[in-house]
Amino acid sequence: MRWMSTAIEIRSAVKRYGTTTALHAVSLEIADNAFFTLLGPSGCGKTTLLRCIAGFEDLNEGEIRLFGQDIARLDPNHRPVNTVFQHYALFPHMTVLENVAFGLKMIGVSLDDRRARAGRMLEMVHLSAFADRMPTQLSGGQQQRVALARALAPEPKVLLLDEPLSALDLKLRQAMRVELKTLQEETGITFVFVTHDQEEALTMSDRIAVMSQGRVQQVGSAREIYEAPVNRFVADFIGETNLIEVTVERIEGDWARVILPGGHVIRCAAAGTSPGKHHLSIRPERLSLAKTGELVATIERVVYLGTDLQLLTRLTSGEAIQVRLQNSARTEVPAPGTQVALHLEEGAARLLAD
Amino acid sequence: MAGLTPSGQGNGSGYRRIVAPLLLPTWLMIGIFLVLPVLLMAIYSFLTKEFRGGVIWDFTLASYDQFFLNRGLFGDEPPVIEWTYITIFWRSIWQAAVATLICLAIGFPTAWFIATRPPRSRAIWLFLITIPYWVNLLIRTVSLKFLIRDNGPLNEPLMALGLITDPLPLVNTNLAVQLGLFYSYLPFMVLPIYAAVERYNFALSEAAADLYASRWVTLWEIVLPVVKPGIIAGCILVFVPSLGAFLAPDLLGGAKTFMIGSLIDEQFRGSQGNWPFGAAAAMILMTLVLIVLMFYARAQAREGAR
Repeated sequence: MRWMSTAIEIRSAVKRYGTTTALHAVSLEIADNAFFTLLGPSGCGKTTLLRCIAGFEDLNEGEIRLFGQDIARLDPNHRPVNTVFQHYALFPHMTVLENVAFGLKMIGVSLDDRRARAGRMLEMVHLSAFADRMPTQLSGGQQQRVALARALAPEPKVLLLDEPLSALDLKLRQAMRVELKTLQEETGITFVFVTHDQEEALTMSDRIAVMSQGRVQQVGSAREIYEAPVNRFVADFIGETNLIEVTVERIEGDWARVILPGGHVIRCAAAGTSPGKHHLSIRPERLSLAKTGELVATIERVVYLGTDLQLLTRLTSGEAIQVRLQNSARTEVPAPGTQVALHLEEGAARLLAD
Repeated sequence: MAGLTPSGQGNGSGYRRIVAPLLLPTWLMIGIFLVLPVLLMAIYSFLTKEFRGGVIWDFTLASYDQFFLNRGLFGDEPPVIEWTYITIFWRSIWQAAVATLICLAIGFPTAWFIATRPPRSRAIWLFLITIPYWVNLLIRTVSLKFLIRDNGPLNEPLMALGLITDPLPLVNTNLAVQLGLFYSYLPFMVLPIYAAVERYNFALSEAAADLYASRWVTLWEIVLPVVKPGIIAGCILVFVPSLGAFLAPDLLGGAKTFMIGSLIDEQFRGSQGNWPFGAAAAMILMTLVLIVLMFYARAQAREGAR
């Protein structure tokens, strides 16, 4: 039954440009009817991977299977996937309606049918009133939705989205996140979404693949990659974190005994580590001020963020540690220079393998 | 606040005072190099021919009459349409159109090739395209004649190889003239198309392919419409000078390929000429070109208004 629910399966995909390798044997499985995000900093290979799925780039090695069929050697016009481009790539000499109907025309839908279907697509993205406009007469957000309607019109099996929100301003970007997610759920089409914005990834995705340097670092739900990052890159890239060097004293089954700077000993999930030096990731919001705590630090600066307070502190051993406190009437703001004890919530610290 | 308005007005007129003299060179340019010559030509076309070349200041429609109508050898027969010059005009339009099409067929792929090279090598390719144009047009045209003559470097190897038994009759044909015009004006086609293709967003081609368009369909439905302004600019830049060209037709064509440029050229040569008639032919040519350009401008405006 597993094969039925897999929309895209990528096996050891390798892509080289001259002497540089953009994709190092990437393997991924993308479930059908999912909102799947490729997340990573620029140059991590996420866009290359998307372009390989679309067919704009050829893999040097490996397979890309779409519902079981290997499509890696097909031309882009023979792949039943459609793309929303980063800068929309709307045809400037066609009206909005003609743009949306273009794909339907190419697959041989009759004139009346494609008018009707393109019209319905425009309705779905709330642009019916703009059908006869030229793309240059639309705002960025409207162009974005035309691009979306155009790519969805031929009812692709998979929709590829290449940083579609990056050119929009913040308010519009936030509104479009919700709209995109709703659209994905309504159409039931698998979305493969590329972004470098971790907030975008966390809010929309069913599953996220974090990429770096042409490799997939971790695949999981938003919660998994945020709360259980497998390595320093993921911990650091997703959200804010404190990375401190610690010593694993010994492993007891699934647990590790970890010596914190300052000598306090805590128990952490071993996460495949062995005794020795390792990094520990602690999210700033999982730390709190306490009478007694596992870490002792000096407050250096207090930053007021509205909903939160950010405390920049330094451990007696010299490492900088951030703490986030919710801003409420009862929050006592310690003065810079004060020495405080920091308490780690249960399970707040995550031992990293590298 | 009270002082703002008057000083604002003062600045306004001061601005005008500065701008008027600064625009003077522009007006002088337009006046001396555009309005004056055209006006002169228009006036000459209504004057009477002086026998040793030159004009008599006697206003008449005789030149236009001579162009379009035939009143017999002594000018006393009922007028019939004079086809000689109309035929020359028609032939010129035809020759120029074919030359433009050849330029387009060769120039578009060339421009496309250059525009899709890496940015650094584009400059070199463009430079290579322009190299022949550092040589005088007359010399280039004569060289072309040398190249295609019966016992020239094109025919002789072909005959030596036994591919042809008789030399290809190229000199003094329409094709020779068209080739000459093509060779003269190719860069005028390549450069505007290059500029358009260089600005072309190749993501549009990817989007078309993504939406199931084949390469040919993408070319016809996306690429060509988007770079059309460059193509049309190139066609105008080749067609207009080809229409009035006289070097290529004179040197490469025979009596049967006589073109309007040669006709006008002849009227201003030595004592054989007829200045008013040459001026009238030039005015008719210019009117024709303007009408074509006006139709184009109107079509563009209609498209822009869509």
